[in-house]
Amino acid sequence: MIDAKRRILLKGSLAAGSVGVAVAAGLLTPRLVLADWNAAAFESKDVSAALKGLLGSDAMETNDAVVVKAPDIAENGAVVPVTVETTLSDIAYIAIIASGNATPLVASFALGAAAMPFVSTRIKMGKTADVIAVVKQGDKLFSNAKNVKVTIGGCGG
Amino acid sequence: MSDIKVRAKLEGNETVVKCLMNHPMETGLRKDSKTNELVPAHFIQEVVCKWKDQVVLTAAWSGGVSKNPYLSFKFIGGAVGDPVEVSWKDNKGESQTETSQIA
Repeated sequence: MIDAKRRILLKGSLAAGSVGVAVAAGLLTPRLVLADWNAAAFESKDVSAALKGLLGSDAMETNDAVVVKAPDIAENGAVVPVTVETTLSDIAYIAIIASGNATPLVASFALGAAAMPFVSTRIKMGKTADVIAVVKQGDKLFSNAKNVKVTIGGCGG
Repeated sequence: MSDIKVRAKLEGNETVVKCLMNHPMETGLRKDSKTNELVPAHFIQEVVCKWKDQVVLTAAWSGGVSKNPYLSFKFIGGAVGDPVEVSWKDNKGESQTETSQIA
């Protein structure tokens, strides 16, 4: 009897110990609390996996009605202003992708009923690459890209 | 009081909202130049923009958005004096909210 109780106590302290270890190892970081943040898409290493994770498909059509405004040459890759705008109607999503980055998906925007298909922000770019904008209309994806040359050091080369 | 700056302006029938947030936006991939250790990830994951009680825009971000993020968007239907609310949440569970009136 005494021995059985001792077993239970041991088991209990072992279980508590492993939770503590998990927290310390960063397995239970607060990011898990944010369930609606699409970790799979944002941590994808390539563009098509990111798009599939975010919008369910990577089958997109290039469309000139999607306008990506970004500088031709960015002197500082840490701050690249990007504006995405389109004349297409009923746009539900806009995604901004920096194709040269380690994790290409930079930002996605879910547009409410009143919102116009326009977003502007500033992104980081690791190297010279295309900035791709993808918009979702119904279940179709339209995209356009703009090449941005990143010159760290700013000598325009 | 939060560190978010929100400016909403009526232009014709469009309301143009511009906001600036104060945040380090660490990707978790950068190394500290002195200690040579990775700087832990710390970035805004979600930004929710509301006009009155209606959600106009929900943004999901990675660490690929620049430090001290800038965000601008437009919507239709706003009137002068309507409240516009911007709030963010980051990967550490911190959050901030700021409300401004359409001018």
